[in-house]
Amino acid sequence: MASPSSTPVEDTIREKITAALDPASLEIHNDSHLHAHHKAMEGSTSRETHFRLIITSEKFRSKMQPARHRLVYTLLKDEMAKEGGIHALQLRTLTPEEAEKRKQAEEGA
Amino acid sequence: MLSRSILSRVRLSCNPSPPKRSASQLTSRKQRLLRQSATALPTTAASFSTAALRPATATSTFSSSSSGAHPLLRSRTAPPSLLLRRLLSDQTRQAIDKAVGSAPVVLFMKGTPETPQCGFSRASIQILGLQGVDPDKFAAFNVLEDAELRQGIKEYSDWPTIPQLYIDKEFVGGCDIIVSMHQNGELAKLLDEKKVLVKGEEAEGEAAEANKE
Repeated sequence: MASPSSTPVEDTIREKITAALDPASLEIHNDSHLHAHHKAMEGSTSRETHFRLIITSEKFRSKMQPARHRLVYTLLKDEMAKEGGIHALQLRTLTPEEAEKRKQAEEGA
Repeated sequence: MLSRSILSRVRLSCNPSPPKRSASQLTSRKQRLLRQSATALPTTAASFSTAALRPATATSTFSSSSSGAHPLLRSRTAPPSLLLRRLLSDQTRQAIDKAVGSAPVVLFMKGTPETPQCGFSRASIQILGLQGVDPDKFAAFNVLEDAELRQGIKEYSDWPTIPQLYIDKEFVGGCDIIVSMHQNGELAKLLDEKKVLVKGEEAEGEAAEANKE
């Protein structure tokens, strides 16, 4: 029997987003440990509840931010709806140009 | 600053003759920043949600024109319906329509403006305060007080997370979008265009300063 992944949710996020959005870059940060003490997390044993994603994809082009976020939410609908699944999902959704601009701004700062 | 602007809404809702803001508005930005970093005021904690979600008298909290009990306000005593969790009923939709239209700026959040129960809701309310949103043009709804609202708003907005910001009945976004619009100046522009900011130099200066960040 193959050993199950210790990060099944993160794996699913990566698979689904990679398949659907063909991202130029994809960062997945698991911030769950920062929120483990929150009241909403009482009784939760999952170590994969809070994620922060930074996605750069051509698929975001000519879409406003809410539409981009909805695109990602739709992909991860099951994971978010599931009891004990993803509780919070922070998103930064950029086109390659926006990512480049942001990078330059950060370097300039 | 938060306590001056949006939080004063909380006080307005439970105080028949609210104090004028003028004197306190003159405090310096620095003082106000200090105050913002302080924890929420315990004396008025939770007054918004309980007042807001109680029928009849509470409706004035959302809207000066409303009369009769808000459908959302009754749901706490109604038996939970499994159907409502999956399908947004006409009644719930109408109730949310009304909530969304109850003020030019409406935030659906976890907890109250004074005592947010979630970091993302806290960040959102702080930004609205920082931007200088006029408390008279703002309403907050605590989704934790109402399971029907909590579930319904997600379907209504086609948005699975809380907080959610509406301006002039239009969905703006969740916390990440509020933060990025705050940083890139779009939020200040939008709020200004919609004329929902506190009038006065100070609020404008503050919004401008926030933009530089």
